Amino acid sequence: MAGPGFSGGDFKHEEQVFFGFTRTQLIAFLVMVALVVISPFFLYPVFLMKVLCFALFACAFNLLIGYVGLLSFGHAAYFGMGGYLAGHAAKEWGLPPEIAILIGGATGAILGLVIGAIAIRRQGIYFAMITLAFAQMVYFFCLQAPFTGGEDGIQSIPRGVLFGVFNLNSDMTMYWLTAGVFLIGFLLVHRIVHSPFGMVLKSIRENEPRATSLGYRTDDYKLMAFVLSAALSGVAGGTKSIVFGIATLTDVFWTMSGEVVLMSLVGGLGTIFGPVMGAVVIITMQNYLAEFGAWVTVIQGVIFVLCVLAFRRGIVGEIGNWLKVRL
Amino acid sequence: MDEIFGIPAPLLFGQLLLGLINGAFYALLSLGLAVIFGMLNVINFTHGAQFMMGAFVAWMLLHYLGIGYWWALLLAPLIVGFTGVVIEKTMISRLYKLDHLYGLLLTFGVGLIIEGLFRNQYGSSGMPYRIPPELQGAWDLGFMFMPVYRGWVVIVAIVACLATWLVIEKTKLGSYLRAATENPALVQAFGINVPRMMTLTYGAGVALAAFAGVLAAPIYSVNPQMGANLIIIVFAVVVIGGMGSILGSVVTGFALGVIEGFTRVFYPEASATVIFVVMAIVLLLRPAGLFGRA
Repeated sequence: MAGPGFSGGDFKHEEQVFFGFTRTQLIAFLVMVALVVISPFFLYPVFLMKVLCFALFACAFNLLIGYVGLLSFGHAAYFGMGGYLAGHAAKEWGLPPEIAILIGGATGAILGLVIGAIAIRRQGIYFAMITLAFAQMVYFFCLQAPFTGGEDGIQSIPRGVLFGVFNLNSDMTMYWLTAGVFLIGFLLVHRIVHSPFGMVLKSIRENEPRATSLGYRTDDYKLMAFVLSAALSGVAGGTKSIVFGIATLTDVFWTMSGEVVLMSLVGGLGTIFGPVMGAVVIITMQNYLAEFGAWVTVIQGVIFVLCVLAFRRGIVGEIGNWLKVRL
Repeated sequence: MDEIFGIPAPLLFGQLLLGLINGAFYALLSLGLAVIFGMLNVINFTHGAQFMMGAFVAWMLLHYLGIGYWWALLLAPLIVGFTGVVIEKTMISRLYKLDHLYGLLLTFGVGLIIEGLFRNQYGSSGMPYRIPPELQGAWDLGFMFMPVYRGWVVIVAIVACLATWLVIEKTKLGSYLRAATENPALVQAFGINVPRMMTLTYGAGVALAAFAGVLAAPIYSVNPQMGANLIIIVFAVVVIGGMGSILGSVVTGFALGVIEGFTRVFYPEASATVIFVVMAIVLLLRPAGLFGRA
């Protein structure tokens, strides 16, 4: 794999001090947790919840591109379908929010298993196009299936009562649940990446034939990573439905797949904090530039082009490179 | 011959014709993608936007300059092809040494910019483009009426596909192209300017997309989203046909258009997804695509 970006760069081995974190990563993580805890007291919690849902989505996506080298261009399918099923479970089946979110994750996992099993038969750009085409199939399914409500989507999904104790209708309570889901997902991705399983994934990214010749069944590893990534995307989508009380076609459409690629690229592919940073930047930008209409698309396109041409490491990747640490 | 399989014949043939026309566009667009991919190893995600630009340039030529369909058929591909040359020179050519995925991401970004700009300028609603007077009316084929323009589109698409195939397989330029795809360094050593060839190939592939756009302008309404929705189907066509195979993209393009048309008659709910179902089946049986090399 030529050039920086998909592989995290060459840094000397740093000792892992805690839970797979290096010292700098631990500091960065604690700063992130502090920000997550403090910010709802200063900023609008609903906006922050949106950021957190997308940050988890981007982390899940980055697990594939950053650590296995697989560019999935159809991750909206798992995000959107997770959202639909979680919404349906909460509204029509009356299930509590924690179960609804888990159903979102299970939806992502099952869908990821089916699509992933076919898609990993090809690599590189073929893989990207196949995942995109399947995601579009899911989109058309959602457009026509009766339970999704077609163009209207599923509306007025109840937030419900968490564990039968915490009423989520309060934005702050809902925020703590979202923050919890995000942090668990983030730590899970981190744990996966820094486990022996994650090492095999990285070896597949660097040189798949060699990994095969060492005796690893690389297809199994890739499929497992795909399913994990899809499941976490489903959790992110499910959480988003519960937060906003709505699941619509926007989340399954292929532009959403493009957005999650953009978030990861802006933050830094193959860095653990990059996707979070990317989600913060892109969602903030969308929120504050919404009045400019289609110009937002143009600006996103320009950022895409600039990142690919000039800042392939992304924000966090560049900072890490500058400080000579792995973030 | 009023009914076939219990379906009224005019309906069946009508959908078949519609399928064939869609197939013509799938074939032309996947052909352009295949040409670009074969030479540059880049999946041109801007292809849909460039198809849309072709239709828009035809519309602009008529609207602002009063230049009609026939000149647009020549000028629009040249103009849009030139913008392709600029994009290749300034951006894509910087990425050849990197992972191919960067080419995909870059062209995706460029596509967003182009579509956003057109949407700002012209809004999302469609604008009509009249069928040229020479091609209005319909032929009576006995079993159905065939609009002249639609027949023309199918014929032109077939001719364009054949011409592209002939250029690549039977001319000296084509043999340089094929050789440069296999081993650019060696071809360069023979004194052939490979970077320039890549630029022109990209321009030609883009021009093909724009040509399809001009053909499409009188059939679909000209609007900024017209390429975005089509391009994903074309990607599926490319995957089924086998990436980079000229023959594969043409045959698969037409065949899938027809399959889609049939599905619309017998099971309309599945017509939007049938192509992706075919793709899944083909991938399970032949991961390299029908005409592709593994």
